[in-house]
Amino acid sequence: MTTEAHSTSAYIKIFWLLLVLTIVEVAIVYMGLPKMLLAGLLVFFAVWKAALVAMHFMHLKFEKKTLAMIAIVPFVLCVFLILMLLPDIYPR
Amino acid sequence: MSDVAVAHAGVQPAETPLTPENWGKLGMWLFLAGDAMSFGALIVGYGILRHRSMDWPVPAEVLGINLTAFMTFLLIVSSVWMVLSLAALQDGDKAKFKKFMGLTILGGLLFLGCQAYEWTHLINHRLPELGYSFSSHLFVTTFFVLTGFHGMHVTGGVIYNICVFAAVSRGRYEAKHVEIAGLYWHFVDLVWILIFTFVYLL
Repeated sequence: MTTEAHSTSAYIKIFWLLLVLTIVEVAIVYMGLPKMLLAGLLVFFAVWKAALVAMHFMHLKFEKKTLAMIAIVPFVLCVFLILMLLPDIYPR
Repeated sequence: MSDVAVAHAGVQPAETPLTPENWGKLGMWLFLAGDAMSFGALIVGYGILRHRSMDWPVPAEVLGINLTAFMTFLLIVSSVWMVLSLAALQDGDKAKFKKFMGLTILGGLLFLGCQAYEWTHLINHRLPELGYSFSSHLFVTTFFVLTGFHGMHVTGGVIYNICVFAAVSRGRYEAKHVEIAGLYWHFVDLVWILIFTFVYLL
């Protein structure tokens, strides 16, 4: 019925990756990095983790592309939302 | 075309690129897309308020990010358990399904317990100690709105999972229903990953 392309060991591997990423995220907060760098790294890791959960646990990697479109749209809209609100963040 | 219609009328469902194998799954994804917009709006709003504020505290100094890191781990591991319970049911192993689904529910309950503890500690000790109250600073408001809205979703998810557990045990639900519940649970985990990053760590 659904495309079965994952084995149990694959899920466990993704779990370990998520765990390592979480530990790294918490560790870099304590490192006292410059704000911009910290923000960039944390966003990068967060997006990576979110993509892992979406692609593998939520099975998006193996679904029909139309389903992936439904999932991508909110992400695009949120980026659009941030862009549209930039004049409120940085008013002249 | 529902399975019932196919079974009764012997009619083949229309096959187009848009016809999903599983309408329930499509429905859940559509719901999650809308829910993602709700959380997106809250997070972006939080970001703007924080960025424009002159005296926003450093979250790591006010909040207990070690406990929260553990809570993140809890949700991630319960997501793994959920996907393993689905795989077990797809293989026909009902006992294994029950074990992993039970663990998923337990993980969710533990998360809520930790959050209740975190909130109580903040409200009764940490915030008054630092001089913050609900009406004094947007840091407090946005924190409780974001984590509370998410916590509500976790609570709903735990109840949903308990219902699915019971329904599968009684033979009324199958793997595809568990898959749909799994989508919701993974979404809740995903949102927490984002909240953890933007509210606690940054």
